[in-house]
Amino acid sequence: MKIDNALQVRVWRGGKNGYWSEYAVEARDNQTVLDVVTEIQRKFEPSLAYRFACRVGVCGSCAMTVNGQPRWTCRTHVRRVIHDELLTIEPLRNLPRIKDLVCDLEPFIQTWQRAGAIFQGQTTRNDRPQKVNPESSSRKLADSALQCINCAVCYSACDVVYWNRRYIGPAALNRVWTLLNDERHTAQQETFNKAFSRDGCGSCHSHGNCTRYCPVELSPANSIAGLKKLAFISVKNGK
Amino acid sequence: MNEQTLFVVQRISAAILIPFVLVHLGLILVAVEGGLSANEILSRTHGNFIWLLFYGLFVVAAAIHAPIGIRNILREWTKLDWRMINGLAMVLCAILLILGMSAVIAVF
Ligand code: SF4
Ligand code: SF4
Ligand code: FES
Repeated sequence: MKIDNALQVRVWRGGKNGYWSEYAVEARDNQTVLDVVTEIQRKFEPSLAYRFACRVGVCGSCAMTVNGQPRWTCRTHVRRVIHDELLTIEPLRNLPRIKDLVCDLEPFIQTWQRAGAIFQGQTTRNDRPQKVNPESSSRKLADSALQCINCAVCYSACDVVYWNRRYIGPAALNRVWTLLNDERHTAQQETFNKAFSRDGCGSCHSHGNCTRYCPVELSPANSIAGLKKLAFISVKNGK
Repeated sequence: MNEQTLFVVQRISAAILIPFVLVHLGLILVAVEGGLSANEILSRTHGNFIWLLFYGLFVVAAAIHAPIGIRNILREWTKLDWRMINGLAMVLCAILLILGMSAVIAVF
């Protein structure tokens, strides 16, 4: 099929030892990268594996590497990223490739455990929910770090993760920052110790790629800077 | 020492090194004016406790700062395990201390 107005799209196929496949996809005025992937699957490659759910920038499951940068494909207009009429689409960096555009998120999810980024409350389901004063200074510190949806874009953008796959990485450390500023979280010291263990927040270079690429415009780099400051003052004990 | 302590110690040693490096560089600029001779250097350092203290502390700060940094670099760029990495960092610390201190004492 000859298309006059075509985008050249190079897509990763297979797992770790995969290969690039090229497709010519009709260029449209309004077209996201996810639209392009969907079109390729519907028209040329029914077996193409990729993930998405909401298509409107809410779930974070459509993250891929587009022309070398980690992005939510449903929120990325082709026009904004196309280079020399060529679009390359591959899975997120720093995670094992399963098939085509799908990577295994398990190592990323495990970083949450390793960082101690797990909430521990003092109440049970029978108690009333504890109140957090929205005006308190700790709540304000946590404010800008709260909206993470675990999309792994920052993890994929981080060069330190690329060099040292054992580094906990930006997303889990950002979550730790919210917990250490959560007065309901009881395991403060434990969480801090885990986040500051080997390959933890001391390994961060503060170069801010995580912040640059976070689609929700959070700043994991800022959160990590906050944790590093806490290393100087002795850690707040759980109240 | 745990990671948190190493992290803090490395930052503090960096802060100490900044003025030391600046004074050291300034001194080089002054010292090379009108040529540099062994006599000239020794006349400045010989029996001078201020320079002994200055360069002694300088060596200690560097010997603390550099191995912690090398430790991180080795972790990022090699597949060595922590035992090996910590061992190499300790060796570097010892080398810096021995070479540095013997130089400081030699010109005193
Ligand atoms: S600031 Fe730290 S966590 Fe963020 S990308 Fe850089 S090294 Fe990774
Ligand atoms: S911090 Fe941002 S980029 Fe990282 S996982 Fe959360 S939402 Fe995604
Ligand atoms: S599909 Fe949900 S964020 Fe893209």
